[in-house]
Order: sequence, then C-alpha cells, then structure tokens
Amino acid sequence: MTGLRLLRYIVRRLLQAVPVILGVTVLCFLLLQLAPGDLAEVLAGESGGASAEYIQDLRARYGLDKPVLVQLAVYVRNVFLFDLGFSFRHSSKVSDLLLERMMPTLLLMGTTLVLSVGLGALSGLFAAIWVRTWRDHVISLGAIIAYATPLFWVGLMLILVFSVWLDWFPTSGMENVVMFYEGWDRALDVAHHLVLPAITLSLFYLALYARLMRATMLEQRGLDYVTTARAKGLTERQITFRHVLRNALLPVVTMAGVQVGALLGGSVVVESVFAWPGLGQLAFEALFSRDFNLLLGIFFISACLVVFVNIVVDVVYVLLDPRIKVDE
Amino acid sequence: MNTFRQRFMGNPRVIAGLAWLGLVVLVAAAAPLIASHHPFEIVAEPFLIPSLEHPFGTDSLGRSIWAGLVHGARTTLVIAILATLASVAFGTLVGALAGYFGGLVDDGLMRLTEFFQTIPSFIFAIVLVAILTPSATSLIVAIAVVSWPPIARVVRGEVLSVKAREYVQAAVLVGQGDMAILFRQVLPNTLSPLIVTGSLLVATAILIESALSFLGLGAPNLMSWGFMVGAGRSFLRDAWWLVTIPGVAILLTVLSINLVGEGLNDALNPRLSDL
Repeated sequence: MTGLRLLRYIVRRLLQAVPVILGVTVLCFLLLQLAPGDLAEVLAGESGGASAEYIQDLRARYGLDKPVLVQLAVYVRNVFLFDLGFSFRHSSKVSDLLLERMMPTLLLMGTTLVLSVGLGALSGLFAAIWVRTWRDHVISLGAIIAYATPLFWVGLMLILVFSVWLDWFPTSGMENVVMFYEGWDRALDVAHHLVLPAITLSLFYLALYARLMRATMLEQRGLDYVTTARAKGLTERQITFRHVLRNALLPVVTMAGVQVGALLGGSVVVESVFAWPGLGQLAFEALFSRDFNLLLGIFFISACLVVFVNIVVDVVYVLLDPRIKVDE
Repeated sequence: MNTFRQRFMGNPRVIAGLAWLGLVVLVAAAAPLIASHHPFEIVAEPFLIPSLEHPFGTDSLGRSIWAGLVHGARTTLVIAILATLASVAFGTLVGALAGYFGGLVDDGLMRLTEFFQTIPSFIFAIVLVAILTPSATSLIVAIAVVSWPPIARVVRGEVLSVKAREYVQAAVLVGQGDMAILFRQVLPNTLSPLIVTGSLLVATAILIESALSFLGLGAPNLMSWGFMVGAGRSFLRDAWWLVTIPGVAILLTVLSINLVGEGLNDALNPRLSDL
C-alpha cells in the first residue's frame, strides 16, 4: 500500500513538473530572442564579414527568418518528441553534446554533494556536541569564513598553493589526454584532476550544511522527545546519535535538494577556473557563439535535473521520516 | 532583558563586521581623494611587488592595485546595494500580495516564485547580462531578477501570520481599504525578518557581481574586485598578489555583512540567540 502510494506521489510530482519545465523552456526561448545578434551574424562575422543577402540566406537556412512564435511552436513540439535540435556551431545534435558534457558535470556535482553533505553534517554534528568550547569556535569560524569566500577565488588560491607551489595536483582539465590511460589508470587520473575542483565547489556548501546542522542539532536538543529519552535513562551518546542526529539530518537533506540549481551555477565558475569540460563551460561557449539551440538544451536539461533532484529529495524525506505523509 | 541596541552592539562579531564595512564604505565614498590615480591609468612598471611607493603593487599593465581596490569598492558596493534594494522591493510586493490576498493570487504568485527558483540562478544571471549587454544597469537587473524569490517567501510567511492578528481585524472593522491595511498595518510588522534577509542578500549580491565580473561579464568601464581577480588569473604563477589581494577584499566584505546580518537576527530574535 505504502509503495503504491509513493509511486502515485512520484507520478503526480512528475506530471506537475511538466508545466514548470515547459515554462522554463518557453521563457528562455523568448529571452534569447531579445539577445543582440544571432547565429547568422556570428557566422558571418567569423568568416570576415558577409553581404546582407548572404546573412538573410543563412537565416533562412537555419529557420531564423520565421516569426518568433512559429519558431517557438516548432521548438516546443520538438522538445516533446525529445528532439533538442541541432547545434550548427558544433555540427552535431544537441542531445549528443549534452550527453557528452553531462558526465563531467555530474561527476563534479555528485562528488561535491557527497563531500559537502557528508563532511558538513559531520562538522556540524561535532560543533553541536562541543558547543561553546574552542573546538566549536574553530569549526564555526571556519564555516563562516568558507561561507563568505567567492568560489572562483578559492579555486585560484588552491591552484596557487597545491599546483603551482607544491605541484601536487594538475592545474586544469579532467584527464591527461596525451597519456592515453585506460581502465583504472584513467579513473585514477580523472580522480587526481577532480580533487581541486571538487574541493572548490564543496567548500561553500560544506559550510552551509555545517551551520545548518549545528543549528538544528542544538534546536532539537531542547525538544520534549530528548527529555523523554533522557528520562528513560539513555546515555547522551545514544540520545545524540539515535534520536537527535536523525531529526537534524532532515533540514540538511532538504537544503541539499534546494541547492542543486545553485550547485549547477557554481559549477559554471569552477569549470571555467579549472577548464573542466562540463555543461557549464558548454553553456558559456554557447552563449557567446549565439548557439541558442544548444543553450536552450542546457537550460532544458538543468531544469529537468533540478526538478528531478527535488522529487528525489522529497521521496528520501518520506523514507527518512515516517511522520511525513505523501498524500496531502 | 537587554535592549536591542545592547544585544546588537554588545556582540564582538558585529563590531568587527561594522568596523570593516565602515572602512570599505568610507574608502568607496572618498575613492577619488584616496587614490590619486584613475584605476585604469598606467602608473608604473607592470608586476611590481607591494612596496611603500605602491602599497599593493601593480598589475599586468602597470595599473595601481590600490587604486583598483578603492574604486572597485565603489562599483561593487553600489551595484550590490542597488540590486538588493530592487529585489527587496519586488520580492516584498510579490510576497505581500500573495500572503494578503491568498487564494488564486497566492497560488499564481507562488508558482511564479517557484518557477524562478527552478531556473539555475547563476546561469540565468549570466544569460540576462549577456542579453542586456554587460553594463552596471544590466548587472543590477540580473542580480535582482535572480535574488527576489527568497524575499517573497519570507514576506509572504510573515504577512500570513500578521494578517490573523487582532489589530488587523480591527483595521478591517474600522473600514480601512486593503492597500491601507497592507501598507500601514501589515507590512511595517514584517520589517525585522525583511531587514535580516535583505542585509544577507547584499552579501550574496556581492558574490554574484564579482563572479560575473570575474567571467568578464562585468560593467566594462568600471573597476571591480571580481574583474581584478579575473584579469590577474593568467599571471597566477608569477604575480600571485594580483589575484590574492582583491579576493581577500571580497572575502572580508562578504564576511562582515554576514556577521552584521546574523548579529541583527540574534538581536531581533533574542530567543534564537542561545543557539
């Protein structure tokens, strides 16, 4: 019964997501129409200038001469058929490009999520246990500083210290392409390249979760169920780990879900600093070469990702806390 | 029970934050007097290490980093504050209307808010700046457009709780119009969470502004801290101070705003300050 109800809930959430994603697509499409210049002008500009007729010809070839609403209708219809169009810039299908570039970004984001939620929750937990001691002050101070540091600057400072001065990690890229590693060697090489970007992207979120975790742990500790547990004769350790910890994790999970969109934005900066070949880099290139099909595809895929993760978080939430009911 | 002032000013973190912010504001206001050079003017040889004559050294083109810092403070602060004001104004309007009228208005406006929260905000800001062509105004617009949703949510929540109070019902009985009740009775009582959220938003705005400038999407004729970091990054190996110094300025400023904002929160909600 519960399984069926959960399934129905997931289906309902997925259906609710359709208009949101559609809305994002339409809004982005219309916004991009406002951008100065189009693909035809960029192509003409790159070939050293072209006559007005040639530009018109290019526009007709790419369907850019039709009215905006017609272009929009065509685009939306294609999206429903899972056809994200063609990137004239890269001479390849947008879906292929997205698939190719999605893995590095997902790798970066996934590592960051695990690192920041894990270490963040852990340091918040310890700060709460050691509340008002010097250890708590050190963790809290570290968190508040990390929370205020610009991502791109952390990245550059890490490069300066660990790549330039100490020469422990590579400065950029995802793998050493000239070495032609395969199998485990390749995985190890990618992991080696991943260390600095993942730390850079994690630091801010780690601080965020640590602060949240500490605050909720302290808040939960004053609640009635803790008094009951103490009255039952449980030790402080049992109370903290069996009761308080589980309740304090809920807001962290929620926050982690909310932050996925922001994480994607942060990865644009990190990918730019470390020349990490992911979606963020692709979005940036697409924007400047006016490759709107590609850019729209990136927006579409990121909106899908954000919605998907939010649903996953809500499901995890239901599984973590039996008190939360899926039916309204 | 201490007064607000005692709780706020008695907090050493707040004092430290206010001190740095005061310094930055002062320096930003008096920028042309403090730094005698224009920030884009070449004053000496490139890549000079910080010295007495050039307190923070010179950059890759021989521009004074001190002049850049001082004028950058101006750009960064003005853009961040204007963007915050714009997003607070818009977010308050949306949140107040949604919370006060409820029903369909609430549904519609909250869907709009959720919608804006679904779009990855930083990528959206990049696109907005590119579409509007990079300038101080488009930075302000882009930052405001991506930062109003949290404000709308906070205000809506507050309005919902204030709306049910007796003095609002009394105002309804007396026959005051909806707008008069909303603006004279309800909104003034939502101020304290709004001030806290708004002050923390300035910090976020500075981070977004410097990230955009770092990527080369800043206002083209204005020196800013993010731009300085971006311009220095190619010379990281040989001239580390080009990147380090402006970054520390961003870090300290954002940190100070957070400290003051949290101090405000603790002082306004004394129950929570024990945490």
